[in-house]
Amino acid sequence: MPQELRIVLRNVDKIDALKIDDYIDANGYKPLEKARSMPQADLIQEIRQSGLRGRGGAGFNTGQKLAFTYSAAGDQKYIVCNADEGEPGTYKDRVIMQSDPHAVIEGMAICGYAVGATKGYIYCRGEYPYVAEILNAAIAQAKEKDVLGEFDVEVCLGAGAFVCGEETALIESIEGKRGEPRCKPPYPPVSGLWGKPTVVANVETLANLPQIVDRGSGWFAAIGAAGYPGTKVLTLTGDVVNRKYIEVPTNTTIKEVIYEFGGGIAGGRKFQAVQIGGNSGGIIPESLLGTQIAFDAMAAVGATLGSGAVFVMDETRDLRDVVCRMAKFFEHESCGKCIPCREGTMRMFDLCEKVGQGKGTAADLALLQEIGETMAVACFCGLGQAAPTPVLTAIKHFDLLAGKGCA
Amino acid sequence: MANLKIDGIAVEIADGSTILQAAQAAGINVPTLCYHPDQSVKANCRICVCEVEGQRLLQAACSTPVAGGMVVKTNSAKVLKARRLILKLILAHHPQDCLNCTRNKNCELQTLAEEYGIRDNPFELKLKGYAEDNSTRAVVRDQDKCIVCRRCVETCSVVQTVNALCVEDRGSDIMVAPVLGKSLAETACILCGQCIHACPVGAIHENEQIDEFLAAVADPDKIVVTQIAPAVRVAIGEEVGLATGEMPMGKFVAGLKHIGIDYVLHTNFTADLTILEEGNELLRRVKEGGKLPMFTSCSPGWINFCETFFPDLLDNLSTCKSPQQMFGALVKTYWAEKMKVDPSKIYSVSIMPCTAKKGEAARPEMSDSGFRDVDLVLTTREVGRLFRMSGIDFDKIQPGEFDPWMGKYTGAAVIFGATGGVMEAALRTVYEVVTGETLADVNFTAVRGMDGIKEATVNLAGLEVRVAVGHSLGNARKLMDQVRAGESPYHFIEIMCCPGGCIGGGGQPITKCNAKRAERIGGIYVEDEQCPIRKSHENPEVKQIYEDFLHEPLGHKSHQLLHTHYAPKNKSIL
Ligand SMILES: Cc1cc2nc3c(=O)[nH]c(=O)nc-3n(C[C@H](O)[C@H](O)[C@H](O)COP(=O)(O)O)c2cc1C
Ligand code: SF4
Ligand code: SF4
Ligand code: SF4
Ligand code: FES
Repeated sequence: MPQELRIVLRNVDKIDALKIDDYIDANGYKPLEKARSMPQADLIQEIRQSGLRGRGGAGFNTGQKLAFTYSAAGDQKYIVCNADEGEPGTYKDRVIMQSDPHAVIEGMAICGYAVGATKGYIYCRGEYPYVAEILNAAIAQAKEKDVLGEFDVEVCLGAGAFVCGEETALIESIEGKRGEPRCKPPYPPVSGLWGKPTVVANVETLANLPQIVDRGSGWFAAIGAAGYPGTKVLTLTGDVVNRKYIEVPTNTTIKEVIYEFGGGIAGGRKFQAVQIGGNSGGIIPESLLGTQIAFDAMAAVGATLGSGAVFVMDETRDLRDVVCRMAKFFEHESCGKCIPCREGTMRMFDLCEKVGQGKGTAADLALLQEIGETMAVACFCGLGQAAPTPVLTAIKHFDLLAGKGCA
Repeated sequence: MANLKIDGIAVEIADGSTILQAAQAAGINVPTLCYHPDQSVKANCRICVCEVEGQRLLQAACSTPVAGGMVVKTNSAKVLKARRLILKLILAHHPQDCLNCTRNKNCELQTLAEEYGIRDNPFELKLKGYAEDNSTRAVVRDQDKCIVCRRCVETCSVVQTVNALCVEDRGSDIMVAPVLGKSLAETACILCGQCIHACPVGAIHENEQIDEFLAAVADPDKIVVTQIAPAVRVAIGEEVGLATGEMPMGKFVAGLKHIGIDYVLHTNFTADLTILEEGNELLRRVKEGGKLPMFTSCSPGWINFCETFFPDLLDNLSTCKSPQQMFGALVKTYWAEKMKVDPSKIYSVSIMPCTAKKGEAARPEMSDSGFRDVDLVLTTREVGRLFRMSGIDFDKIQPGEFDPWMGKYTGAAVIFGATGGVMEAALRTVYEVVTGETLADVNFTAVRGMDGIKEATVNLAGLEVRVAVGHSLGNARKLMDQVRAGESPYHFIEIMCCPGGCIGGGGQPITKCNAKRAERIGGIYVEDEQCPIRKSHENPEVKQIYEDFLHEPLGHKSHQLLHTHYAPKNKSIL
């Protein structure tokens, strides 16, 4: 029986999130002290060697990102924590921030020291005002205890658009502009918030850092899948027995996640499909359940790890409804900046609705596929590029025209 | 320098260039819609996507920097498939209205639809169903045709710093619209029409008044008299298949008579007159301690801007009306007297490079002749359409001549069409008037060209006069902020609302880039060189009008007919 391994969730249910002394008693803020005793380049090298890759979806090596920001010229640099958590079915960042806010703040301060940034922002999902309160309380305590030194953190509340989770749209939003992605390059490490070198990192990514600094890169690199070491926090939703969050090493398979941790399909029904990574993720058939929940392993089967949401569907779900709902989500969330996304999501939704009503034809599926394939390679940002994934994977692995239980 | 391969062609190009620039250097045309050569990269239409070896995603040519060793395919099957689908997506959400559109045969979207052979579209046609915004007298927005490229927004906010347009809503409901859900007339829009040039499609256009014109020429009771603004000749050829600058004035006059105009006169005449009035006004302000710096006042978009954004500095504006309005006031008084015609029968049409002139002519105060001074303003583009409608072959037509009393002009008036021209014309005259000497060289090249702000110092018999020239309102704003802060070192400032001056006006043939503006400016100075007289005060008809009618610059008659005052606009939206 595989076991959970709690690194970022290590303090859950063990400490009071609103008591900084609890956190400090649990070895909190000592890694930050240790980090500050190291030369910046050595610290960055240590993080790079741990192999930690971003947990926000893009999977970029975090140490590398710090190195770029460190070497970029700038009189001011910023650390931005991406806590927008907009993917439906995902709530792992909320759990982390609610149960252990100081781990995130400490991770930010470590990054701040590493790259020479004295200011951090936490961009907190607009629907999480109570989380922002916890974060603000934690920041106030950290200031009072003077554990952050020069480093200052501020919480910004998001305005509710999914696209604002995209790092450059997030930056625009903090700057008070329309939440829309920017052209890349330049990437944020070179020109980010107010044009200054900026690290944008996910909550879970940041919460890993104190442990990596404390226990060393070798310890971390040995956990889980080699190319994407460490653990992943997953949120199980849909037709599983245990709808809960777990933290498991990244070499755990999807099958283990659903059957060992999730307790299998609820009501004794049969498995039909699972979607991982939120609405942007692929819809995965039974034949691929042996895939590890690691970045590259998922990419190899045409799926994504994304945010780590695991949405399980049993045999009674009509996949046509599922993809239709997702198409509607993207039609609603497209920021509208680029043509293939704003027009493509609208047309995909139209066609999915038709298919969902049982009126679809093979030509409709072919057109859906054509739009999807174009969006995936031509849209301006990750939202539009990923938007067709559920539809494309559903077409690939299932017979959508047949509908329910069509595997 | 970076070395790369585009469709198998080796290209060497400066680091920091884009794939689009590299492709152009290799002689390959990559399609664009949101790209504008003088603007920031937007990369939102995605029509320019290309394949780059080793990259899973297609890359937008307009925004992707080149790298050494890059291998680019601009027309692979994958690329063409994406572009054609994107075009179909646009067209299925766009009025199928080419036949009725102001941009028919001159539309970037239509051209691409043709080039990519878009025949049948699998998507159901959906229209957004917005009403046309014709709230202003000059600029009409046809929102349904907007492809949300945002080029107009950048022009309005960055080039002109007016901020009348913005991006609203999201997803497929996204739109570019006047700010705060207002009609265009309620915003700070100053009617310059620069957004029309920025627009790749027919979503913004001039308020077209061809029907009014045709009705007037068909009316036997109307004497249709026209004036031609200085910047029109150099560009009108572009409307009828000639190169920039290649319309001889005589043929232009003949063309206008052919479309039914009874008398053809020239705004250049009142441009020369403006120099005498404005030059003397400047000298008076300098001598008598009047408000300085004095700003030129011939550009109505600029006047609107000043009234809207700098109402506290209106006293710095010259009181001279624009040449169009001076002409309007004189044609129904002085000219009617000379020609012995009933001024109430005169229908005064001006041919302008400008959309804002349509608004200016309609200002209530512009009726000092006792009638509406200017009855109708047609833009260069509208006259182009009239020429094409009437089937004139400009290769074969015999040149015509201007009618008397208000048709003669000098090179100084010709250069009013280019940024710096009014300043140069004024300096030619003021210098000779003040010093009593003849200028050895009439060319003041320091104030010419496309630089945003130009300055010069001229010694007038011991008086150092400092002048500045700004074109486009972003540059005007810089000069005005200086004045407001009490830090302006200048005596006299020329402002033209449009980039490049009137040759780049909102009514000119669609002008995508500043390079075209520079080309027209070249044509203007060639025409100036060819003029036998190049100083306004030497214009014989101008001398005549002072002898017979006005008597002296800034005199009683001038005051009555040629000068005006402006008032704050008090736009609540600012
Ligand atoms: C449409 C869209 C939404 C995104 N939403 C989030 C989000 O909610 N949280 C997040 O951490 N990253 C999100 N990302 C990824 C970010 O752009 C970025 O890669 C990430 O914040 C980098 O942090 P990491 O390296 O720690 O993963 C999103 C990306 C896209 C394209
Ligand atoms: S793909 Fe385009 S329209 Fe969609 S969210 Fe990104 S930038 Fe906006
Ligand atoms: S904007 Fe272009 S494509 Fe659209 S109707 Fe006009 S000419 Fe046709
Ligand atoms: S009105 Fe024209 S220039 Fe402006 S966004 Fe629309 S298509 Fe582009
Ligand atoms: S021209 Fe490149 S994206 Fe529009």
